[in-house]
Amino acid sequence: MKGHEFTEGIAGLVGERERVGWFSHEGLLGWVASVDHKQVGLMYIVAAFVFFGLGGIEALLMRIQLAVPNNHFLSPETFNALFTMHGTTMIFFVAMPLLTGFTVYLVPLMIGARDVAFPRLNAMSFWLTLFAGLMLYFSFFAGGAPSAGWFSYTPLSEAAFSLRSGQDYWILSLIVAGIGTVAGAINIIVTVVTLRAEGMTMKRLPLFVWMNFVNAFLMLFALPVLNAALVMLLIDRQLHAHFFTPASGGSALLWQHYFWAFGHPEVYIVILPAFGMISEIIPVFSRKPIFGYEFVAASTVAIAFLSFTVWAHHMFAVGLGHIANLFFAVASMSIAVPTGVKIFNWTATMYGGQLRFTTAMKFAVAFIVMFTIGGLSGVSFAVVPIDWQLTDTYYLVAHMHYVLFGGTVLASFAGIYYWFPKFSGRLLSERLGSWHFWLTFVGLNLTFFIQHILGMMGMPRRVFTYPALPYWAAFNMLSTIGAFVLLIAMLVFLYNVVMSLRYGETAGDNPWDAWTLEWATTSPPPVENFVRIPPIHGRRPLWDLAHPELADELGKVDA
Amino acid sequence: MYSKAKLAMALFIASEASFFALLIVAYVFYHGQPQNGPNAADSLDIPTTTFYSLCLFSSSATLWLSERNLRRGQYDRVIAWLVATIGLGAIFLYGQGREYLRLFHNDVTISRNLFGTTFFTLTGFHGLHVLVGLCALAVVAGLVLRGLVRERQAEAVEAVGMYWHFVDAVWVVIFGIVYLGSLV
Repeated sequence: MKGHEFTEGIAGLVGERERVGWFSHEGLLGWVASVDHKQVGLMYIVAAFVFFGLGGIEALLMRIQLAVPNNHFLSPETFNALFTMHGTTMIFFVAMPLLTGFTVYLVPLMIGARDVAFPRLNAMSFWLTLFAGLMLYFSFFAGGAPSAGWFSYTPLSEAAFSLRSGQDYWILSLIVAGIGTVAGAINIIVTVVTLRAEGMTMKRLPLFVWMNFVNAFLMLFALPVLNAALVMLLIDRQLHAHFFTPASGGSALLWQHYFWAFGHPEVYIVILPAFGMISEIIPVFSRKPIFGYEFVAASTVAIAFLSFTVWAHHMFAVGLGHIANLFFAVASMSIAVPTGVKIFNWTATMYGGQLRFTTAMKFAVAFIVMFTIGGLSGVSFAVVPIDWQLTDTYYLVAHMHYVLFGGTVLASFAGIYYWFPKFSGRLLSERLGSWHFWLTFVGLNLTFFIQHILGMMGMPRRVFTYPALPYWAAFNMLSTIGAFVLLIAMLVFLYNVVMSLRYGETAGDNPWDAWTLEWATTSPPPVENFVRIPPIHGRRPLWDLAHPELADELGKVDA
Repeated sequence: MYSKAKLAMALFIASEASFFALLIVAYVFYHGQPQNGPNAADSLDIPTTTFYSLCLFSSSATLWLSERNLRRGQYDRVIAWLVATIGLGAIFLYGQGREYLRLFHNDVTISRNLFGTTFFTLTGFHGLHVLVGLCALAVVAGLVLRGLVRERQAEAVEAVGMYWHFVDAVWVVIFGIVYLGSLV
């Protein structure tokens, strides 16, 4: 390697003509016409937060309705539309684009590439996602929002029972978003396979890249499953076909199988990138390399495979028969093993480390605790009799929000506090960040923990109101108060972002003393990402550069 | 070094296979159930469709010949074989159109019963893929004709070729299950 201290030139270099054509616009057009992965990534993240606001307002309206028994703040029809839109928005237009935003921004930087493999396709994926979301919300103005729930069980979602065109907008919107997601997944896989910088072997990939690489395969196979089911439902509704209409011989159950054959991998699609962020943040703020890199990567692959074999645990109440229930119960419990492996890896990384509790680290540690609670209630659902008792109660709502809010959202906030300096060149305020964190942590537990109890007391999900049974009013009021604490937390966060963008402390290239390649370039990075790429002799190139005598793969580094 | 275009196409094909798998599962699932009205055995004209299917299958061979000539730089032959491929694909689509018309005349439609629903959805999506493939091949032929594709870009053309072979392979499965399956 002598004489090659720095690798000149960048993988995935584009021609001069294209570069000028791509980046010559300024202002708004500079964003709309952009195919730069960093701009596309930020647009994903901003769009996701706009939809997060919409989905959050829907949640608050529902919590106001449920605050007291026998309430008539919302009509039952409106309530149905709200929980459908809330679920659909949060899964497809918040969790997925938010995580994808991090992915397309960071993966090329982390592997030392100039851009993703297909920049134009990348921009197309974003615009498909955005317009799919707008199409979903247009349904409010086109005869009423969909109201058959986020999994739109048939025959309720069929033409005979969902008369409003909102259901068709829901279908079309998810098809369009699904196409964008598949295109994005192809892009990430090709990028990781073909554009890694010299020395960046698969065994040296940052774990965030590993998780997203595996996740892209999940998307690649799961989203077409949803799209196939959606086109069948659309054909049923528009061309009077009979796929899922029991009245004319179709099978309502087939829709459930199809939806959850997508739906369960989807659960991992919205958590694996979050695992990736945690796997980057915990080591940096523990000043130790990740414990058991190979196990974190391999357990991800195991989760991805298993996630395609567990879908019917969403359907235990259907009555699939003893053998099927048994198979899916065992498969579902076994998926807890590779997930548990990760929890141990992260805690073992922290053990004996020099912990620095920055806001990013607080969110990351809270993620581990909250996600473990959500994971444990998840395992309890794999026990068939417990599922029969608790399915479609508030216990399920609590479980799902501990994994999605306690998991995906907390990890994303950890990611925002960690990478915001790279995105913007400025640090977010740690003081406001601490307020944001504690309000979120308290609000999250106040809102959702009590829902476990409500569910065990028998409160079903998706009811627009409830009678004044003992404790129900008090517990629901607590949950509603928690939701408003979360609102305050989000406003603090918004204020933090706005203020820090203008007045925040300048970050410099590497404010956290981190060691992956995105910190080797300026903040924000130049259009071409790197002027020079540091030599890559291990998993922590910047650490090796700063501490050659303590390099991770000492024998392999020429002094 | 992997070819970006071919890798991307392979991944796209994997995802498409997942899409078609569900359409096929739906067809097979309902085919196994007793139902009123027309079914595959009494509605489909197997000899005629066999002829059109052979056209589609042979288009894979002509496309392969075209790709081989591209590697050798014999552009006249590239275009000739591409035109043959497009012609064979178009004949297949024409045959599918005729079959649909005949079925419509016999009142076999997508809304008639579950055979109609699953048959037209499955074969319709396949036909759509053939049409997209024909457009892609026409674009490639145009680019070769204008001298914009040379050996260097052979991989991009091969990526389009992979898609076409995939569409053919899907028809092998559909023809086997829907048409030949109705005989047993």
